[in-house]
Amino acid sequence: MSNVFAGQVLTLAQRSVVRTVRQPANIVFPLVFPLLLLAVNAGGLEAATRLPGFPTDSFVAFALAIPFIQGALFATMNAGTDLARDIQTGFLNRLALTPMRAIALLTGQLGGIVAMGVIQSLVYLGVGLAVGVRLESGPAGGLVLVGLAVLISIGFGALGAFAALRTGSGEAVQSLFPVFFVFLFLSSMAMPRNLIEIDWFRAVATVNPVSYLIEAIRSLIIVGWDGEALALGFGFAFAITVVAVALASMALRTRLARS
Amino acid sequence: MRALAVARGVAWRTLHNVFTNPSLLIPSLVFPLFFFVAFAGGLSQVDNVPGFDFPLGYTAFQFVFVLLQSAAFGGVFTGFGIARDFETGFARRLLLAAPNRTGIVLGYAGAALVRWLVTAAVLTIVALVVGMNVGGDGIDLLGLYTLALLVNIAAVLWAAGVAMRLRTMQAGPVMQMPVFLVLFFAPVYVPLSLLQGWIHWLATVNPLTRVLEAGRGFLAGSPTEVGVAFAVALGLAALFSLWALRGLRSAEAAG
Repeated sequence: MSNVFAGQVLTLAQRSVVRTVRQPANIVFPLVFPLLLLAVNAGGLEAATRLPGFPTDSFVAFALAIPFIQGALFATMNAGTDLARDIQTGFLNRLALTPMRAIALLTGQLGGIVAMGVIQSLVYLGVGLAVGVRLESGPAGGLVLVGLAVLISIGFGALGAFAALRTGSGEAVQSLFPVFFVFLFLSSMAMPRNLIEIDWFRAVATVNPVSYLIEAIRSLIIVGWDGEALALGFGFAFAITVVAVALASMALRTRLARS
Repeated sequence: MRALAVARGVAWRTLHNVFTNPSLLIPSLVFPLFFFVAFAGGLSQVDNVPGFDFPLGYTAFQFVFVLLQSAAFGGVFTGFGIARDFETGFARRLLLAAPNRTGIVLGYAGAALVRWLVTAAVLTIVALVVGMNVGGDGIDLLGLYTLALLVNIAAVLWAAGVAMRLRTMQAGPVMQMPVFLVLFFAPVYVPLSLLQGWIHWLATVNPLTRVLEAGRGFLAGSPTEVGVAFAVALGLAALFSLWALRGLRSAEAAG
């Protein structure tokens, strides 16, 4: 039985990856756009490293954590939109008539996100190393970094899947993007929290889980092994993933019951 | 006269669509505010960087960029609407019905302008409420908003040219990406003098840098590079007028 389930998941994960690969815009944009923003921010804000208390003298190293989160956001949107298309085109309804288990659909979809997450993380890390960033946590830190980035991708991907299953609309999934972007911008993305001058902004960044995701990745790059940052980062990533997967599973059950 | 009548009709319809559809209106109002909050709030410490010499503080420094960004993206968002009109077939019917087709481009440009004026008003009110310092007098501020208006016109004409050539919503990134790059390869976060390396070179040759620096000069009450900035903005608007009109011919030829 478990072999059958694994086969179903594998088939749907393969479909998810192939579908992504067949649309170059779905690969190129999530890879290129975050790197472009990294270049812009790193170039424009290099002078900020002269602020007293700034944790590194390289803004590229400081900002390298951001593409990992942005890449996860883009992958999420693409995956959610694909799932919404499955609903709109009736694929999900036809799937419900087969012996395939419903949860295999969700797991397969998330499998595709994992594949994209690994590729994106390796590209971002490779570009960072190529422009002179040195991982303070060493090669093992690189592996942990990729693992955390993939966990974040799964969490965000499940949120995208939840939106798709709940609304059945690609446009609704796309409209989530600005919401995610708000979380990203109102975080410690561009400045360490202790250097954010405006009180309310610092308070928002402090309660924003995205700050901790970024800070965990950043710690591996510019600090080394920071147990607190990693515990918070993995903790929030895990919590987001658990909640999002639970919500998506419930939405899937509701969607299949309706069809 | 016939062109103006067509322009009025197209502008009215476009504005009616935008202002009665929250999903079109809200992003164009909220995004500039959001960028303003994120940049001016999150990065306010940047005005303590040695060499940061903008006299009005970081909020005013970022306001000018966000104002120009809202102008440019207001134009691009209107371009999305043009592409949608082609996808739904409305634009083709419009091409058949309009006694003067140049009026179609004028109408879309007019709508983009009105749409941006609303955004600019909201952005300005919010900036003043949060305590932005203003050093310039009425004439300086007129210069700032005129520059932004020219950027809006140039952007909508650029987007219209793309939309009329490709006639699909999938052309969105083609309209958006070059505008994004030109905007962000200007001195967005710090003055030009604080940029180093490749980005300094790129910002120096980027024509929008002149517009941004002049805009900041207007707000500070110490106008700088005014002639070059207006020449760049007018030049871009003129160039993209030709681009948009050639796009219109391309759409006409496609039938």
